[in-house]
Amino acid sequence: MIHSIFFINNSGDIFLEKHYKRVIPKSICDYFFEEVTKNSSPENVPPIIQTPNHILISIYRAQMHFVAVCKSEVPPLFVIEFLHRLADIIKDYFDEVSETSIKDNVVIVYELLDEVLDNGFPLATESNILKELIRPPNLLRSLADTMTGRNSTVSATLPTGQLSNIPWRRSGVKYANNEAYFDIVEELDAIVDKFGGAVCAEVHGSIDCLIKLSGVPDLTLSFVNSRLIEDASLHPCVRHRRFEVERLLSFVPPDGGFRLMAYRASCHGNLPVPLDLRHTISFKQASGNSGHLELTVIPRPPSGRQLEDLVLTVPMPRAVSGASLVASAGKYSYDTASRTLVWTVGRLDSQKGAGSPTLCGTLVMQTGAPVPDCRPSILVSFSITGWTISGLKVNRLDLHGEKYKPFKGVKYVTKAGKLEFRT
Amino acid sequence: ASVSESLGNIRPWLQKVTTQAKTTDSKYFTTTRKGEIFELKAELNSERKDKRKEAVKKVIASMTVGKDVSTLFPDVVNCMQADNLELKKLVYLYLMNYAKTQPDKAIMAVNTFVRDCEDPNPLIRALAVRTIGCIRVDEITAYLCDPLRKCLKDEDPYVRKTAAVCVAKLHDIDPLLVEEQGFLDALKELLADSNPMVVANAVAAITEISDSAQTDTAADMLCWSGQLINKLLTALNECTEWGQVFILDAVANYMPTENNEAQNMIERVSPRLAHANAAVVLSAVKVIMKLLEMLDPNSDFVLSTIKKLSAPLVTLLSSEPEIQYVALRNINLIVQKRPDILKQELKVFFVKYNDPIYVKLEKLDILIRLTSAANIANVLAELKEYATEVDVDFVRKAVRAIGRCAIKVESAAERCVSTLLDLIQTKVNYVVQEAIVVIKDIFRKYPNKYESVIGTLCENLDTLDEPEARASMIWIIGEYAERIDNADELLESFLEGFADEQTAVQLQLLTSVVKLFLKRPTDTQELVQQALSLATQEADNPDLRDRGYIYWRLLSTDPAAAKQVVLAEKPLISEETDLLEPNLLDELICHIGSLASVYHKPPAAFVDGRGGGQVAKATKGLPSRLAAEAGGAAAAAAGGGDFGAGTGAPGRPAVSVIPTQESLIGDLLDIDMSGGATAAAAMAAASASTNQQPVDLLGEGLDSLLGGPAPSATSPVPPSGASAAAGGSGADSLADIFGGLGGGVGGGLGGGGGFDPPMETWLPAQKGKGLQIEGRFLRRGPQLSMELRLRNNAMQQLNGFAVQFNKNSFGLAPAQPLAMNPLAPQQSVTTLLPLNTKGPVQKMDPLLTLQVAVKNNIDIFYFACLIPMYALFTEEGDMDKRVFLSTWKDIPPENETQFNLGSYAHDADTASTMLRSFNVFTIAKRSVESTDMLYQCVKLTNGILVLAELKIVPQTNAYTLSLKSRHVEIYPGVHEAYLAVLKG
Repeated sequence: MIHSIFFINNSGDIFLEKHYKRVIPKSICDYFFEEVTKNSSPENVPPIIQTPNHILISIYRAQMHFVAVCKSEVPPLFVIEFLHRLADIIKDYFDEVSETSIKDNVVIVYELLDEVLDNGFPLATESNILKELIRPPNLLRSLADTMTGRNSTVSATLPTGQLSNIPWRRSGVKYANNEAYFDIVEELDAIVDKFGGAVCAEVHGSIDCLIKLSGVPDLTLSFVNSRLIEDASLHPCVRHRRFEVERLLSFVPPDGGFRLMAYRASCHGNLPVPLDLRHTISFKQASGNSGHLELTVIPRPPSGRQLEDLVLTVPMPRAVSGASLVASAGKYSYDTASRTLVWTVGRLDSQKGAGSPTLCGTLVMQTGAPVPDCRPSILVSFSITGWTISGLKVNRLDLHGEKYKPFKGVKYVTKAGKLEFRT
Repeated sequence: ASVSESLGNIRPWLQKVTTQAKTTDSKYFTTTRKGEIFELKAELNSERKDKRKEAVKKVIASMTVGKDVSTLFPDVVNCMQADNLELKKLVYLYLMNYAKTQPDKAIMAVNTFVRDCEDPNPLIRALAVRTIGCIRVDEITAYLCDPLRKCLKDEDPYVRKTAAVCVAKLHDIDPLLVEEQGFLDALKELLADSNPMVVANAVAAITEISDSAQTDTAADMLCWSGQLINKLLTALNECTEWGQVFILDAVANYMPTENNEAQNMIERVSPRLAHANAAVVLSAVKVIMKLLEMLDPNSDFVLSTIKKLSAPLVTLLSSEPEIQYVALRNINLIVQKRPDILKQELKVFFVKYNDPIYVKLEKLDILIRLTSAANIANVLAELKEYATEVDVDFVRKAVRAIGRCAIKVESAAERCVSTLLDLIQTKVNYVVQEAIVVIKDIFRKYPNKYESVIGTLCENLDTLDEPEARASMIWIIGEYAERIDNADELLESFLEGFADEQTAVQLQLLTSVVKLFLKRPTDTQELVQQALSLATQEADNPDLRDRGYIYWRLLSTDPAAAKQVVLAEKPLISEETDLLEPNLLDELICHIGSLASVYHKPPAAFVDGRGGGQVAKATKGLPSRLAAEAGGAAAAAAGGGDFGAGTGAPGRPAVSVIPTQESLIGDLLDIDMSGGATAAAAMAAASASTNQQPVDLLGEGLDSLLGGPAPSATSPVPPSGASAAAGGSGADSLADIFGGLGGGVGGGLGGGGGFDPPMETWLPAQKGKGLQIEGRFLRRGPQLSMELRLRNNAMQQLNGFAVQFNKNSFGLAPAQPLAMNPLAPQQSVTTLLPLNTKGPVQKMDPLLTLQVAVKNNIDIFYFACLIPMYALFTEEGDMDKRVFLSTWKDIPPENETQFNLGSYAHDADTASTMLRSFNVFTIAKRSVESTDMLYQCVKLTNGILVLAELKIVPQTNAYTLSLKSRHVEIYPGVHEAYLAVLKG
């Protein structure tokens, strides 16, 4: 399946490689670099590249390319999913996926790479199991190691969970305080046309859990309005049959944090996009070398909630060399390298009557450049806590199989996903 | 965190300690210090355990970042005996990396491995068996078999599942060993293991083994019974997500025998559609799509299943862009096969600003496929937005998409045209050019409807700088010459820069000028003369020259015929042109989720020939619908093999293809291949005769044009030219014109025949204690046999004959026992021993050596003979030209070797015929500057493909052979075979 894996950073260095069958020389990556130079930005490098004798399947994450080399017919999604999983594991171990975090822990990463695949087949990819095999670095351990002189990252016990019927759960879990937290995060993906109507809109949600429960707890999570879930992707621990029939989530959770479910919410009719945007952007040079820009945000949050972390990003055409604007709230910046205008509005406190913040002023156009005739899209991000845009709500969480009474918490957040306003 | 909080007041101290403790590995990235290796060596041999461990860690870290620490091999191996698990793991990591380069030293580690395989701790047993398989050293492999056998039957499932994978590793190193040792059967037994993880790994290992199978036994491992499939589906629910993909992909190969069974399988697979792992979802979609073919399309079950498919597919599009890309490529296939599934979901394919370009382009493609009269307004509004985007490639494709909409939805054509005109008004250079290209296609779909826009198009003439746009514009001018008053001026202005244009534009210009001339003969004589002389006398491109001569001859011979040919009515183009061919689509549906589905090419076209080589695998076809009862058994008998792929798809109306401009420029090789060699020969003849009297011809030609038909001395135009050329007036390529004449090259020749080599003496009488054996290899049709002439020179009767072959490179073995009556003294008997290739394989040196043992009542005699390579050429060597071309390109150029064959009296066709009778298939022929090139293909009994280019220079009759194959060791044999055949 997967013959080799290469880690490549944005400057084109291969800083880590691992081979699962024969060693494949680094030069295979030349085909990859060829594609990189062909594309304006690293995001646009096609994920599947065919070379005369190999197939390169790659993902781009955290300014790095993870490249897997395959030789024969493989399911590409399998490889892509695996690479993303690998990045997740690295994030889980070192809190972030970055070149630095990998280089700082190169031995552990190498051990991990050896453990996740055998002969190119996935071996252990559940971080609960991996952590039993290879202990993650953490503050307390390095502290303990320094004091005791012990220094081992590999545990000597058999990862028992790997063989049980619930391979995702670590055995012998014990907590003094039993807690279960659920974050229901919904993202609004929408395109709004220049007249303010939604061209398309959909809501993607996910339920991320942090479960710290002793023993083998059996949980049941039910919703007030489960019909809102149009399509669900379930963590392997969820009993599919019960979801299908009763529309509730019944599961023995892994220990720690994981994504219980991702779903698509049905949005019948119009979705309440919680803000409106008025915009005029013109590059016509009315006087001298300047265009004109005026943006007004009209917040329409659900009652009692606030728009937070509001950021508007406008990718400008090449001809715009600068901006001189006035923001009635928040700050703006114009990055001349990427030609991007970013207006960080922040929190819109409806109580204080912040009203409708505006950003207004002139755009400095390159002298001599023709007037660009493209109309930039405005990308918007925001978040609203305590509210789900689809209206999905948890009814109750029950615990079976264990005697204690856990502490339970549910948090709701709605964010902008890919939300763009056309001008 | 809570602990560190409770430590509150000692925080400063804590921080100090942690900074000390937090030493990172990044230091290993610094360059090698001088003496570092030496220091490490000392540390590795230290007395202290912890110091040794630390040293091994450093070594691993250096190795990880690509430094060469192989010199430390013996020192590291010494640390292996430690009972510390971490140390052991690190040493194993090191071993895997360097064993290959130091095989003699790696052998030192073997004992430890064997011992570890018996360790009481299953983790260590598994680790040992896992590592041992990664050490690709022959000397070690031999020691692996016994421990592996034990581990396959280990009591601990963790060890068993690791051992299953190890079989696949071993198979990669030495496939025969795996078969001999019976590991394949052991692996098959694991399929029924009680632990689902073991089952999943066994499935994965078997899939990999059968992919690269060298023998039938290994390839047949994926043929499973319904009972086993049932077991696998049970294991499906309990194994890891990766295991689920393996199992689903394996289950997809199974063909149920009854409707109920198919329905039941679908029910059991459908829960996977809700899996969080996209690979699992797509594999489940594949299984379901395939099984649905078997069921009544109007049954409630099928309809409800189809409904279930759409939501998971849409959900895939909210994942990471890389996943979206693969999903979109597959959705593209699915909407072609079952358009209903996603017809309601148009909006999810709307392009987002932040999508990577590869996602945008795919979405656009699907958007067009889903376009219908009902949603065209939405689609068109979107496309118009996209046409003002920043990314040039995307904008171009969006403009093209508008054109495709116009062709697809007739009611919207007018709106599309006006949208395109709006876009032309923007004067953005690439938008204008792209718009003109698609408007040309719209003209071809709706003739005499939108010609009013020609004026606007002509305004933008000067801005066109891309060949395709120029060629399209020229086509429009030529096609509508009678409506464009200054058509002659326009074309003349193009003609001025004729020499600088690209071939496609030149060809188009030539055709358009001729069209103009035929429409307005009186005032464009000069123009056509100029164009024809430019094409025939000044152009270097043979295609252009030849087309010039064709027109010339046509015009000079019979202007009426010329009119019929050049101004023939063109078939309308249809929206279907961009659909996949139904058989290919059906095959690809069976490969959903695989690379084939991403490339939209059958797997054989790009995957290493190794797999498909040895064992001919039937291409996957969709199952046909089972007739209610009676058909069931028959279909089952046909098994997973060649279910008529066509039956699955309803007959589609014939697709008329727009000859694209690319096909014109297209690879010369390609054109010749499709056109046929006769065409090329005729062309050569034609141009040769014209060249003799160019001036005379010019005069005569024009005379006859103006003065009506006149008898001509030149050879007549091939009659089939007219009908063939009618197919593609805008972009008629030479190949098309002569398509009717071309015909297949080398086709239709009966197989068999062949010449019989003389007998050789294999066993002289003095060595055979009076028994003399002469023999030769013969191939009669598909049957390979050995002809033996046995002569008894002894004084007594010989009887009890038997024959046996040693293992040999091609697995030759007697297909039946030697049938011999007792042999009286001085008697000689000739007998034919049929052979097959199912015997054990072992690579011999020389490759073609065959060791034979003959037994009789006296003794056993051994002799060796050489198998002539041509005896191993099979009947299956024929292949499609395209497959040939892509296979040729796929084989690395360093594998190509050239041989001089000397010279022979035969011409190319005779040579081709001679070789054909030995199963050397001529796939194509072309002539370049009077040198004949034959493209040939040979398939050996063990599936190895050899591609050959045979170059024949007619004057000297010198033959040069270039061979290309993945297995270069067979070249000498093939070379010999060619020599033998050509010498007769």
